[in-house]
Amino acid sequence: MADTHTATPYGLAHHFDDVEQQREAGTLGMWAFLITEIMFFGGLFLAYILYRSTFPDDFAAASAHLDWKLGGTNTGVLICSSLTMAMAVYHSQTGNKKWLIICLLLTMILGAAFLGIKAYEYHDKYVSHLIPGFDFHWTGHGSPKHVEMFYYLYFVMTGIHALHMIIGLGIMTVITVMARRGRFTPEYYAPIEISGLYWHFVDIVWIFLFPLLYLLGAHIHH
Amino acid sequence: MESEVQNKAPRTHYINARYGLKSWLFTIDHKRIALLYLASITFFFFLGGLFAVLIRLELLTPKGDLVQAETYNRFFTMHGVVMVFFFLIPAIPATLGNFLIPLMIGARDLAFPRLNLLSWYIYVVGAVFTLIAIVGGGVDTGWTFYTPYSTTYSNGNVLLTGIGIFITGFSSILTGLNFIVTIHTMRAPGLSWFRLPLFVWSHYATSLIMVLGTPVIAITILLLAFERIAHVGIFDPKLGGDPVLFQHLFWFYSHPAVYIMVLPAMGVISELVANMTRKNIFGYKFVALASIAIAIFGFLVWGHHMFVSTQSVYAGMIFSILSYAVAIPSAVKTFNWTATLYKGSISYNTPMLYAFGFIGFFIIGGMTGLFLAALGLDIHVHDTYFVVAHFHYIMVGGTIMGYLGGLHYWWPKISGRMYPEGWARFAALVIFVGFNLTFFPQFLLGYQGMPRRYYAYPDEFQVLNVMSSAGASILGVGYLIPMVYLFWSMRYGPKAGSNPWGAFGLEWRTSSPPPTENFKVTPVVTWEAYEFSPVEETEVIDISTP
Ligand SMILES: [Cu+2]
Repeated sequence: MADTHTATPYGLAHHFDDVEQQREAGTLGMWAFLITEIMFFGGLFLAYILYRSTFPDDFAAASAHLDWKLGGTNTGVLICSSLTMAMAVYHSQTGNKKWLIICLLLTMILGAAFLGIKAYEYHDKYVSHLIPGFDFHWTGHGSPKHVEMFYYLYFVMTGIHALHMIIGLGIMTVITVMARRGRFTPEYYAPIEISGLYWHFVDIVWIFLFPLLYLLGAHIHH
Repeated sequence: MESEVQNKAPRTHYINARYGLKSWLFTIDHKRIALLYLASITFFFFLGGLFAVLIRLELLTPKGDLVQAETYNRFFTMHGVVMVFFFLIPAIPATLGNFLIPLMIGARDLAFPRLNLLSWYIYVVGAVFTLIAIVGGGVDTGWTFYTPYSTTYSNGNVLLTGIGIFITGFSSILTGLNFIVTIHTMRAPGLSWFRLPLFVWSHYATSLIMVLGTPVIAITILLLAFERIAHVGIFDPKLGGDPVLFQHLFWFYSHPAVYIMVLPAMGVISELVANMTRKNIFGYKFVALASIAIAIFGFLVWGHHMFVSTQSVYAGMIFSILSYAVAIPSAVKTFNWTATLYKGSISYNTPMLYAFGFIGFFIIGGMTGLFLAALGLDIHVHDTYFVVAHFHYIMVGGTIMGYLGGLHYWWPKISGRMYPEGWARFAALVIFVGFNLTFFPQFLLGYQGMPRRYYAYPDEFQVLNVMSSAGASILGVGYLIPMVYLFWSMRYGPKAGSNPWGAFGLEWRTSSPPPTENFKVTPVVTWEAYEFSPVEETEVIDISTP
């Protein structure tokens, strides 16, 4: 594509001096965005910690009703997707288009698998009347009000996380299409690297959500 | 040279580069986006002002004769919501900051021009939601949306307003992100951090708060909305929740938000003081780092809003001490500005008048802030007009002095025309007098015990309230005058050269108005900030001319 000799290198926007400056700006921008995300989730984690320490028994009893095996599987799925994403970045740097696309597709498949398992879990909670504010019934141990609060936090936290996953899949789709069209070169791969940062961040959020929500009451048998 | 000939022909600049509504609505030029913001925030300023007029009209008499409590609650809520989220927070960063940061650092645009346009659209979408909420009857919770009233009992349009603020918050986040990246990566060769104009430093500090604080209010509003919709949640005690958690989350953003408003104004004042005295700012590095210190300290003092809402007394003590600590970097700035004046060749033109106004308001607002940070005294003045007067002096007086001072100072750069100096000085005086007359009596009212947010009051408070309402009408007139003459000057004002003030800084080294790409040649900086020297005046070159 860059067969015509122009003054501007391929992929360089008009207001940057060189590709390096542009890549630096993009990466820093994504890091700054991820910091806002940490603050955004931070509010939720604070609320969780506050009420978990105020109602420890109720929260543990509520947590016992989550399936830690499914949550654990999903954790594994996401870690694998982070690996394939990291490999995608590597292959974009070395200019290996075929493996770049394979890795991106694998990442997307793993992401979709995560969402599938999540949807199954949500459905299960719906069937067992564990959706807060929506015909919520609790017959087990603990105060139903506080158990409902646990499930409220569970749905808000995992729901916002799932929303981030869906956005991530959208980004991956765009990136894959661009990769197929040969838009990336070993000099110009910043969009993949930056999308990768986002993907890893969403994974890391889950790494925190999993023990807080699923493992809290995993020792209790119901 | 052919530059003589070129000056005769109509020069292409960012305003006449393209014509038509589309060329504005789809622009990615930071200067045009700044003007889009300028138009939007001006609209909201006068809308918020309208509610202020209604409030002051009702408070003219002790009885509730114009409106009753329910309507009055909506008036002050909408006044607060509109002014805080749709005027004060974007006021300086989104307009002057957007316009000037790339110019001041010798860049062709912000790092993410499309994101910048997106920020404006997000602001507009949030604004539309809030406007619908207002037209549909408004909200009555106060701009603080305290739970459980807002989640459970209020019958106003809490949801719509909340969604509006939630959306607009992202415009603020993206603006801050754009500034941070721009200042890090787009500086011209030779422009090291300690050569940056102080305006850029203060915007960097502001952006840190925007990026770190705004997401917290976003998640807080989201949780409030869920709780209001589904009647499950974490704030209402009836649901097992804690309303004080809401206050913690709310003030974690909303206290630093004051610095989102006032830090950019401080940046403007630093530019004005340096350039209108033709001296480097006394203690440049201290003033620069004081901005960062204010941003950091600002995140550690939110508890001073909760001295009387079940917060432990030990937490209260720590928050009290930390609130005092914010006074240190603030005082560093104030002392350094005044020290800069010493033996400077001061021009008493309109921008400088606003700078003096800022320093005055900031001292009064800041000192009364120390009253409020004192644990014992705060019990007496908490939730009274003393608080109202204090934060209006800081966030309104301070921010608007900075905003108007900056607008006048950079108006020749923005529009290419001079404003009428006589009228402008007159308006500055009217605003200064009107503001003091409006808000100083409120300190006295509050100290005597008049609570805020009431539509009626005992007879003995009437004299001071009449003074305040009279001041508000003078203030209103004062705000209208610049509206008129700035519009007038866009067409009829005398043409301004590249550098009508003989000021320092890269923005004055390109033509007025600047070309779309700001600089035809990327400038190389070999000088320190505000390095005024007698020769400098003659050395100002218009490097935008090819
Ligand atoms: Cu505060």
